[in-house]
This record gives sequence, structure tokens and C-alpha cells, in this order.
Amino acid sequence: MDSLVAQLQMQYRNYVLSLYQQGFLDDQFTELKSLQDDGSPDFVSEVLSLFFDDCVKLVGNMARALDQTGTVDFSQVGASVHQLKGSSSSVGAKRVKGLCINFKELCEAKNYEGCVRCLQQVDIEYKTLKAKLQDMFNLEKQIVQAGGIVPQVDIK
Amino acid sequence: MGMAAAESQFHVLAVDDSLFDRKLIERLLQKSSCQVTTVESGYKALEFLGLRQGIESNDPTALSPSPQEVEVNLIITDYCMPGMTGYDLLKRVKESSAFKNIPVVIMSSENVPARISRCLEEGAEEFFLKPVRLADLNKLKPHMMKTKLKNQKFEAIENPSNDENGTAAAGEPEIKDSVEMGIKILPIQSEPEPKQVLLHVVQQEEQTPSNNKRKSMEEGLSTDRPRPRLEGIATAV
Repeated sequence: MDSLVAQLQMQYRNYVLSLYQQGFLDDQFTELKSLQDDGSPDFVSEVLSLFFDDCVKLVGNMARALDQTGTVDFSQVGASVHQLKGSSSSVGAKRVKGLCINFKELCEAKNYEGCVRCLQQVDIEYKTLKAKLQDMFNLEKQIVQAGGIVPQVDIK
Repeated sequence: MGMAAAESQFHVLAVDDSLFDRKLIERLLQKSSCQVTTVESGYKALEFLGLRQGIESNDPTALSPSPQEVEVNLIITDYCMPGMTGYDLLKRVKESSAFKNIPVVIMSSENVPARISRCLEEGAEEFFLKPVRLADLNKLKPHMMKTKLKNQKFEAIENPSNDENGTAAAGEPEIKDSVEMGIKILPIQSEPEPKQVLLHVVQQEEQTPSNNKRKSMEEGLSTDRPRPRLEGIATAV
């Protein structure tokens, strides 16, 4: 039993570290984790849920705004990008945020093809992050089920 | 969110049109041991305070708050909101004789120096760049403490002539206000009250506000040390 917990904990640590190292997460995510406590044990997953709901909604808005047969309203696209940039920044979704920064410039330049490509990337990126975080939460669950405690991962 | 009784905890009214951001600021404030009420718009904020369409608390038909029930020690608001922006809300609060003493903090995801200085000029205590962190909120304690102390100790001293000073944002009323506040505060010498020290510090600060503000603009950070401010004083930039 003990070795299972230890094994899972090590797996978890490595996984979380890799998410930071690969640039999926930044220190804002660490900040969010620090806000979670016994009084609000599901804070991080609740916030992430809201974030991914936002992603679906905003990506949809952007797709619709870009899918015009006539003139594209880049300010409309830009408004959704701005929102997504804000929430990705607040959640520590580093790659998504980075893409939004590029996306914003493409909107300002009214670069249609650039925007369409960037939107595809954003779509892939948030879905990838969602899957990775799901794996992370699953590991947490496994640790707890095995009788262990989810370790604090020190990001250095 | 229920109304908080004015106990020893600070009560903060948080305004943001994004559900996500509301959740975040709520958790941050709770973690800072504050009672929180979140609303989604400037209108809802004014409603909560009891200011609807400029009708103030002496109108019997308005939703007038009784000070014991709806004491708000700080308003923290997003800047970019549809309809009434955080700046509009700030103005409304500062123009209200009932609520102008409530410290207001503005949050924004964009570092726009002109925006920041405009808000600070209008009377905002701090301007935070999003994402707001716990460390940022720790800077707010002195501002909220002032309101609580003020409510508890200065109610007898508050007099109507304060209003005209409070709403003056243009011109240079700072020194004049400082002197008047000084006169009001002197009778309380017997208490170990830091207000006299604050008064001195404020006057010193008024002479060099630009450094702090510039730092805010350049770095997007709120100023390092808590800037003690007495009501009615607008900081020139």
C-alpha cells in the first residue's frame, strides 16, 4: 500500500512539474492552488470548470465572427480574444494566454488567415490543457483513494 | 450573498461582469478574511449600496441602507464592464455624500497609464492589474481599517461642510482640506490615534505623488506602501 501511494505521489509530482516545464501552466496556477484550502477544497477544479466553459463559449464566438461571407468584424473577434486572454491569464493557462496575445495582434492587423489559423491553435491548445489537467486530477484522486495525501509540488 | 453585519471583519463589495473573475476575487477576499458580496454590474453595486439613479439615502422611497446592516469597507471593481464602467461607478460613489468615504479599488487586465491615472485622480485608492493576487489584497487592509475607524470614532465630528470638499476633484483643494481635517482631528489628541501622523505623511506625500503614480503606470503595480488618505483629498498626478 505504502509503496503504491509513494509511487503515485512521485508520478503526480513529475507530471505537475512537466506541465510547468512544458509551458502549459505558470505561477498564476500555483497562486490558485494556494487559495484552495479545507474551507474551499474544490476551488481549483471549480475555477477551471468555469475557464473551460468560457473557452467553449468564446471560441464559438470567434468562429462565428470569422465565418462571415461578407466583411469580418475583427473588433468582435478581438473582444472575445480579450476576454479569453484575461481568463487564461487569471488561471495560469500559459500557452493559451500566449496564443491570445498573438491573436490580438492578428485581429488588430485584420489578418483574416492569420486569425483563422490562430483560432484553430487556440482550440487545440485549450482542449489539450483540459485533458492534461484531467489526468492530473485523476492522479490526485488515485492518491487519495490509495490512502495518501496529494503532495504540494514545489515549482523551482 | 447575504448582507454582512458590521462586526470585526471587513466587508468588501466586489464588482465584475465576468463570473469567472467574480469567483476568483471572492476567494481571494475570503482568504484575506474579508466578508464578500459580489455583484455583476455597477448598477447592482449602487443598488446594493442603496443608491439608485442618484437618489440618496434621505429619500424615503429609495432603498436606504441602515449603516449597521450594509457597512461596506471597500469597493473593488473591474474597469471594463458593459454599461457602467468601473470608472463610472467610482465617480458615482465619490460624488455621493453618503458613500464617498468608501475606498474604491479598480482592477483591469490592461496596463493603460492614462486609464490608471484617471482612476487615481478620481479618487481610487489603488489600481490593480489582473490577475489580482493575495499580496495585492494585503495592501488594502490599511484603507479598510481607516473606514472602520472613521465610522466608529468620527461620526460625531463629521459635518456637512465636508461634502463640498469631498466632491471637488479639480483644482487644488488638498492643502486646504488637510488643514481643515487637522482642525477636526486635534480635539482627539488624548487618544493614541495615528491620524495626526497620517496627516503629516499625507502632506509629504502630496508633494511627491508623481513617483508613486508613475511606478503604478509603468509597472502596473499599486504603490508600495499603504498611502494613508483622508477623505476629501484628491491626489494630483
